[in-house]
Amino acid sequence: MSRELIVVDPGPLSLIEDYGRPGLASYGVGPSGAADRESYAWANALVGNHPGSAAIEALLGGLKLRAVGSHWLAVTGASSHMRVDDRSVRNSGWIPLHDGEQLALGHSTRGLRTYIAVRGGITVEPVLGSRSSDILSGIGPPPLQRGQTLPIGPLEHGPLTPRRRFSTTHQDGVVTLRAVLGPRNTRVPGAHRLAHGVWTVTNNSSRVALRLARLERDATSDADVDIGSMEWDARQEHPSEGLLRGCIQLPPSGLPVVFLADHPVTGGYPVIAVLLDADTDRAAQARPGQHVKITLVPGPLDVRQTRSSGSIHADIEER
Amino acid sequence: MTGRLMPTGDRAILVEPQERAHVREFAARLQRAQCADIQEVVPVQDSVLVVMRPDGDVARLAAFLQRVIEAPLDPIASTSHAAPSVTVPVIYDGPDLETVAKASKLTPDELAAAHSATAWTAAFAGFMPGFCYLVDGDPAIVASRRSEPRPAVPAGSVAVAGPYSAVYPRNAPGGWQILGRTDAPMWDLDRDRPALIVPGCTVRFLPVSVGSGARRVS
Repeated sequence: MSRELIVVDPGPLSLIEDYGRPGLASYGVGPSGAADRESYAWANALVGNHPGSAAIEALLGGLKLRAVGSHWLAVTGASSHMRVDDRSVRNSGWIPLHDGEQLALGHSTRGLRTYIAVRGGITVEPVLGSRSSDILSGIGPPPLQRGQTLPIGPLEHGPLTPRRRFSTTHQDGVVTLRAVLGPRNTRVPGAHRLAHGVWTVTNNSSRVALRLARLERDATSDADVDIGSMEWDARQEHPSEGLLRGCIQLPPSGLPVVFLADHPVTGGYPVIAVLLDADTDRAAQARPGQHVKITLVPGPLDVRQTRSSGSIHADIEER
Repeated sequence: MTGRLMPTGDRAILVEPQERAHVREFAARLQRAQCADIQEVVPVQDSVLVVMRPDGDVARLAAFLQRVIEAPLDPIASTSHAAPSVTVPVIYDGPDLETVAKASKLTPDELAAAHSATAWTAAFAGFMPGFCYLVDGDPAIVASRRSEPRPAVPAGSVAVAGPYSAVYPRNAPGGWQILGRTDAPMWDLDRDRPALIVPGCTVRFLPVSVGSGARRVS
């Protein structure tokens, strides 16, 4: 019997994601992949999938899926109320969904992106080696549509992981993100002000990037907060340079852009700091309107090494 | 070769060779060396971003990059393999043809001739799939970026900015000066090599009609 899931309702935006397609920079193609890789990986582990199996990344919940055949599902990442048909379901690991049953996610109350893995993986046609949807370039499967049928792979994978509590990547209140200053922080005066005060995630944020704006009013004191603008004068041309997820670019507007999964291969404004790789998953769970605090931390290579032999040397930059 | 290694977060290193001319050589050395820690290499004009695999070791990667930089320049190894050659037919009737001609102290026809007579080299990719920055064009062409980028540069636009030329694979916002247009698809997923132009390619623009009658109005 064919094993499928039918998309009864895709919610605000549901995408198919896996680990992405790294290594294609020479085509101008970015790596894409699940925005919160920790939650994505955990969902696959719960249902015993191969680590790279494609799953659904649902923005703000709302997704409804109906089973054709029996399935094991796992739901991680942002929290929302879940139902199977008319029964409320607690999320404590994997969820069996029998033929004809419908899983419905409510609106996400905490965090932004929910991962739904199905035992066997979602087996749509890969594009350039991956089933990930890259919303910047348009490469990969299109967003899920109402009525769409998702093919599910055969049940030949590992055992289901025993149910147990797992840590979440989403944070309530202020999202704290650690970043290493550089590599182009010296091109922008006052780059360290990135770590001063608190930023707000604007509605222009997406899988491409968090777009931050200054918190204007301090909610506790209701006073205007002025920690100095990060505007700068971009009279000089800045050559484009390679990017990876976590890069914090500062355009002349002074409003930082924190790149996430669907970043472009190169960017034209200086990268003044880069999130620690592990913290990019937390960044992917920051909701528009939520506050972000960036803390500067030393990088892994803060050691100066110079060779004295001749004129050949490679300095490892000290921060 | 000499150069700087700059940590870029905890999973990447930006390498800036002291000589800009060494960027391509450094990127080529990385391809040949095939280090298991490397997930992605993104060369641009002045630097190469080296992205580590998630399970890699950044100190080991830094040591490896240091060795690659320090290895003596080998004239034999520096010779690239025969690079693919691409011809792009162009109608030179772009909205910025006259502006760029004026800045270059050429007539529009002379500008089109200058742009198409020399073979350009694809130096590096970026920005979007199928987009390659082309260099080594005629230095007589003087083109600064537009002060106001256009919200939508049409797909197939053949453009110049500073020392670069490029063809836009899709509609996109852009601040480059548009000299003309082509219908050769820069990006096609049904091709074996989806990007028509890749780094290392030699690109020749071929005028198929030069500034005839009806000029496109921007």
